[in-house]
Formats: sequence, C-alpha cells, structure tokens
Amino acid sequence: MNDSITKTLAVAFTICLVCSLVVSYTAVGLRDLQNENKLNDERKKILQSANMYDADLTIASQFEKLEMRYVDFTTGKIIDSYNNFSIDTYNQIATTRDPLLSSKVPTSDDIAIIKNRENVGKFFILRNKDNSIDKIILPVRGYGLWGTLFGYISIEEDFNTVAGLEFYDHKETPGLGAEVDNPKWKALWPGKQLYKNNIVSLEVIKGKVPVDDKNLDYKVDGLSGATLTSRGVTNMLKYWFSDSGYANLFSELEYES
Amino acid sequence: MNLNKYKDVLVKPLIDENPITLQILGICSALAVTNNLSVTMVMCVALTSVVAFSNLFISIIRNHIPSSIRIIVQMTIIASLVIVVDELLKAYDYETSKKLSVFVGLIITNCIVMGRAEAFAMKEKPLLSFFDGLGNGLGYSVILIGVAAIRELFGAGTLFGYEILPLVSNGGWYMANNLLLLPPSSFIIIGLFIWAIRSYKPAQIEEDDFALSKHSTSPDLTKRELNV
Repeated sequence: MNDSITKTLAVAFTICLVCSLVVSYTAVGLRDLQNENKLNDERKKILQSANMYDADLTIASQFEKLEMRYVDFTTGKIIDSYNNFSIDTYNQIATTRDPLLSSKVPTSDDIAIIKNRENVGKFFILRNKDNSIDKIILPVRGYGLWGTLFGYISIEEDFNTVAGLEFYDHKETPGLGAEVDNPKWKALWPGKQLYKNNIVSLEVIKGKVPVDDKNLDYKVDGLSGATLTSRGVTNMLKYWFSDSGYANLFSELEYES
Repeated sequence: MNLNKYKDVLVKPLIDENPITLQILGICSALAVTNNLSVTMVMCVALTSVVAFSNLFISIIRNHIPSSIRIIVQMTIIASLVIVVDELLKAYDYETSKKLSVFVGLIITNCIVMGRAEAFAMKEKPLLSFFDGLGNGLGYSVILIGVAAIRELFGAGTLFGYEILPLVSNGGWYMANNLLLLPPSSFIIIGLFIWAIRSYKPAQIEEDDFALSKHSTSPDLTKRELNV
C-alpha cells in the first residue's frame, strides 16, 4: 500500500509542507534576533578596524565614541543632513537599489564590480581629545570570487596610512578566500601606505612580500590559493581610494584641518 | 520497556561501535572544526541534536514512508532540522556560527546522520531511535572533543581559550606546534585514536579483504607470461 502512487505523492507533499512550515516559522521568528546580532557584529568590525575594540565593554558604549558623518561622493564634501534619513539607521548598501539615491558606475571605472554606488556615503571619525582627527573609518566593498566582500578600512590622520581592515560579510571559500578574516593576515595591514605620488598603489600581491622590497609599504602578502579574492581586495582599494571614491573626501578633510 | 536495550544503544556507540573510529563516518567535519574546543563543542551539540531528532521523526513516520522515495524523505527531514539548528545558532551564538560557517549546513551530508536514519530509525521504535541518535552523536562528540583538546592544547597552548601552556611568542616556554592547527593533523590524531581503541579491543580489527601473496622470486615467470 505504501508504494502506491497516491500514497507516495501524499507522503511527499505532507513532508514538504510540514518541513517548509517548520523552517519558515523558525526563520521568521528568529529574524529580529539575527538582525541585531548582525548589526552588533558590523559595529564590532568597525571598532576592530580602528583597533579600539575592547571585549569587556558593550559594543554600543564603545560605538558612541565614533562620530558619524555623511559624505557626498560627487563633491567629496561632508554634508550634515541627507534627505530625511537618520544617520544612525542610514543604510548605504540599501540605497544602491534606489536609482534616485545611487548612480551607476561606468563599466570602465568599475574595477571592483560594485555596479551601483550610493550618492552619499556614511563614514566614521574618531577624534583625539583636542578634537583633531585621529582616524577615519570608511566602508569599502568589492567583488571577490563568489560575491561581494563588505568591510571597513580605517585610515590614520595623514589620510594615507592604513590603520586596519576588517570584513563583516563575504562569501569566499572557507580556508582559502575566507582567510581575509585570519587575524595573522589582517595584522599585515596596519602601517601600509595607500598613495604613492597620488596614485593608489597599495596592492595584495601574489605570494609573500620580500623583506628587502623597496615598495614594502605598498604591498601585502597574497592569500595562498585565493588569487581572485586577493585581486578583488586590490581592486576594491583601487576603486574606493580613487576620485570616484574617497580621494575627494581626503582633500576636503585635509583642507579642513 | 527493556531498559537494557536503551542503555545499549546509548553507550555502545561511545567506544564499541563508535561512528568515527569503527565505521569511519563523518570524518570531514572532524577535520574542519576541531582546532578550537569551544567551536567543537557547539558543533557536537548541533550534530547530536540533529541525529537524535532526525532519528526520532523518521522513526515516527517509518511505517508510512514509501520505499521508492525514502532517501529523499529522510534527507528532507534532516535538511530541515539542520536549517533550524543553523538559524538558532545565528540567533543565539552568532560568533560561533560565523566560525562554523558552512560546516553546520554540511551536517546535512554527514554520513552518520543518514547512516543512522537508514540503518536504525527505519526499523526501530521512535524512543529507541532517539536514544540511538543521541548515543551516536555522543560517540562522534567524544572523538571530536578528544581531537580538539589535543589540537588546541598543543597547537595553541590553550583550552577553551584559556592559556595552559604559555607560548614563547607571549613570553612563555612552549613552542606551539603549528601542524596541529592545520586540518591534516586531525587525520593523524584520529588514526592514533583508532590504533589505540583497536589495540584495546582487538575485536574491532577488520579482516584483510585480500590475503597478501608471499613474496617470491621464482624463476618460472617467463617473458611470455609477463606479456612482454
């Protein structure tokens, strides 16, 4: 009886229905908690990229030390308000889906394959006690092998020296491309220089950087077995620190200080 | 109710019929998630609950599963349970779930889960199947925790993240063995476990599939026989 076509179909249908109900119920029921975790994780990465994360304090209290600002990518100017957005909840990744708030990156410029760039970005400033800039933390993203890597890079007050790099979301292969999360690799970044004669020269090379390399400050060891991810990270830097990225913001901030 | 039966299915998989060392199943995740004890513990809990509950549910409906689609039905139940576990982890232990990344999802393909469903839950009563799943999950956990303890202690000088052997790089005396932090080291450790268990319980030693022929240099292998 079990093997009749009717029974087979009925069992298959019931199992699928029950299983999908259970799965969707858990997914929907836990979504809020998961989103909160995600937000906290992203904030933690922002703090970590600036080397200021302290596991003993709550993330929210540490995050308050950062100043959030908008930057208009077309002019590089810092703007105080943007439409009716609240800066706390402004999500620049979500705005890239809105043609009014983002612009299509011309294919020839789109080395990091980000497709649409928001018109206005959100970044973070960490200030010294005398109100001068200590570090700025900038969101960056670029296509690796399987998907876009989303991260934050923090830059010292000279707007040239990298203070840290962290990715909060990516789809790279565990053990190969996902080694972008390896603390040993991330430790290679602080101290590296972005610009050489005003050209973005920092890159992830293939293999290890020789210790006697003249351009030691402009090169980071590649991830072995992850050439495309390494190349993606290089392209990401090239795009975001070019004129269509943060280069104008840097000149603006230098002018300001 | 025969209590001995329940005790048997719960205790036997720990050493006597261990899914990893005797049946050599579920090795893949044993390699990937054992370089850190706390991550390993979460993986063990996740796998144990999936095996136990998939056995329970499959056993409940075992008399209604048409044999032509039984593997798919089992897979659907297992996959749903794994997704639920993955979602729970993302909600309540986000850090660990990030570290485990795809390996929680890969429980779906873990041979232990499928093996127990097919070999045990399809024939036995629900509660007994549940305990069988629990036992096998614990058997898997015993080995994984053993491997992880060795790897973390000698690879990083810590247990659960607490420093036990102070590392040279932190001003201590212990030079960490980096090999142990790489996945292949689990192969070696599991191999040693299998050797130890089989020396203690020789009944587990498998017979050779083929008897090796005696080495000989007999002259009667002429050129024609060698086909040259």
